[in-house]
Amino acid sequence: MTTDLSSVLDSVPREPGSAKPDPILKVSNVRRSFGGLVAVDVDHLEVQRGVITALIGPNGAGKTTFFNLLTNFDNPDTGSRTFEGRDLQGIPAHKVANLGMVRTFQLTKSLSRMTVIDNMRLGATRQIGESLSKALLPFTWKRQEAEVTARADELLERFKLSHMREEYAGTLSGGQRKLLEMARALMVQPTMVMLDEPMAGVNPALKQSLLDHVKGLRDQGMTVLFVEHDMDMVQEISDWVVVMAEGRIIAEGPPSSIANNQAVVDAYLGSHHDSALNLEGSE
Amino acid sequence: MDLVAILENTARGLFGEQFIYFALAAIGLNMHYGYTGLLNFGQAVFMAAGAYGLSMAVVTLGLNFWIGLVLGIVVFPLILALIMGVPTLRLRADYLAIVTIASSEMFRIIARSPSLDRWTGSSDGLTAFANDFYDMSPFQAGERYFFGLFIGNQMWVVLVGWILLAIVVTLVWAMMRSPWGRVLRAIREDEDAARSLGKNAYWFKMQALMLGGMFGALGGMLRAIGTQSSQPQNFITDVTFFAWVALILGGVAKIGGPVLGAAILYGVLSFTDIVLRQMVESGIIPNSIMDGTQVGQVRFMLIGIGLVSLAILRPQGVLGTKEEMALDDH
Repeated sequence: MTTDLSSVLDSVPREPGSAKPDPILKVSNVRRSFGGLVAVDVDHLEVQRGVITALIGPNGAGKTTFFNLLTNFDNPDTGSRTFEGRDLQGIPAHKVANLGMVRTFQLTKSLSRMTVIDNMRLGATRQIGESLSKALLPFTWKRQEAEVTARADELLERFKLSHMREEYAGTLSGGQRKLLEMARALMVQPTMVMLDEPMAGVNPALKQSLLDHVKGLRDQGMTVLFVEHDMDMVQEISDWVVVMAEGRIIAEGPPSSIANNQAVVDAYLGSHHDSALNLEGSE
Repeated sequence: MDLVAILENTARGLFGEQFIYFALAAIGLNMHYGYTGLLNFGQAVFMAAGAYGLSMAVVTLGLNFWIGLVLGIVVFPLILALIMGVPTLRLRADYLAIVTIASSEMFRIIARSPSLDRWTGSSDGLTAFANDFYDMSPFQAGERYFFGLFIGNQMWVVLVGWILLAIVVTLVWAMMRSPWGRVLRAIREDEDAARSLGKNAYWFKMQALMLGGMFGALGGMLRAIGTQSSQPQNFITDVTFFAWVALILGGVAKIGGPVLGAAILYGVLSFTDIVLRQMVESGIIPNSIMDGTQVGQVRFMLIGIGLVSLAILRPQGVLGTKEEMALDDH
């Protein structure tokens, strides 16, 4: 399946801002500055539907800021972004999730004093019982609640968290929280999943299982865009890599083409030409 | 020492009028802080909204008592929540705290200004607006009821208060076990996470602010009805902090927390009051140490010592759970 999907991208030119055959997300001229510092200045970017795209770049490249702009957790000074052909300008962040684009966070946001299963249930959208007038009439939402719970239990099973079902999320380990956050995001039933450093703080044993889960998302037809420092992960699972440096996109291409790209090497190594090539870093 | 008087006084504190007023106000704070994470340091202004909503409707505007009820419990608190919430709920929690504490002081100072005498009765406040309420009382004005603890009118206020308290507790319980309540708890834990999952955090916080404010207004209105007066000095900032003390004593984010906390607070206040008073009168505590006029202050010192011990020995409150407290990573 992977080969089929990446072959779609074979004909795409390996240059920043290249057009994709079937873009789900399009960004044009997005610029965001904080005072005098221009954090993000992206001319054009298209993200292909149904594949895993990695967004990499050295520390301070503006990846997380760009991520926030894509999910409307932050607003650009200028520029436009469209998701499934829909203009995202002025749409509040929570509505973006309802449109089918869900994100996770670099610092995991598990809801500590809520049980794992409640964390999961929360993720379901369009819940009848979330309107105050219906909340007091359990018969209006009991059936939906049961469906939501069944779906949540299925996902917990898949992510091997069933044994923690009734525990407070705050008692989970760092890796388990990453799993929970990803599983919870899937409760939204998204078409596009945005993962902000899914591997940060995860031990090697859990890494492989997380990788498999991310691949699983693609196999189920979802589009994945993730920010990552872990080059092993980028090489292993991504179909396409976008490299950012100093707020701009400097290179695009399949993972194999990126490590040899001169612009990328320069961006990572800067003036330190003598040091060994090591794309791993940590924030 | 008069044991019967001690028991009676303590019982009045445990489930008398003050207990009801502050239990309702603390339930409102629990809605705000315990479940949603909103810092409201001006619950007194919501209580004042209830009191003045009713009294101004009846006395100033000459409206019907029932219209006054609706104004005080629904309309005034909703307007207040909008005024305070619209500019602050999109911002960090501290901004709401600043606005609420400022609003409660502003309201009190404006209400007592002599130029508004015609409207608010300035510092004397408004009186005699609850006659319709007492006309409905099934109790005889001169009789004593409930083991002789409450006289007729008082008994009527207390009985209505208990019923309202039971209704409000049940309402909050039902709301918090619904998906709606789950969203509130999620916002308390992490607002951005809730937003990333498609929840309109701003609107949920607004609803919580309104509801908690309405419970506070109900407490404030009952207090005004119980004393047949609404006066600015009944809504000083201490009132807000008594409600906070009740909430923290009983246990934050627990259904029964604010009710139990208010009972303990006023039970202990009444108990220490009468015991100290009797000890001073009977000479057990000599006048050289303290006299009768100092009892009021000394019992607050005792409450203070109690609170400090609680913060050290049982920071989660009486009903709270240690596990949840330990997970609080904010």
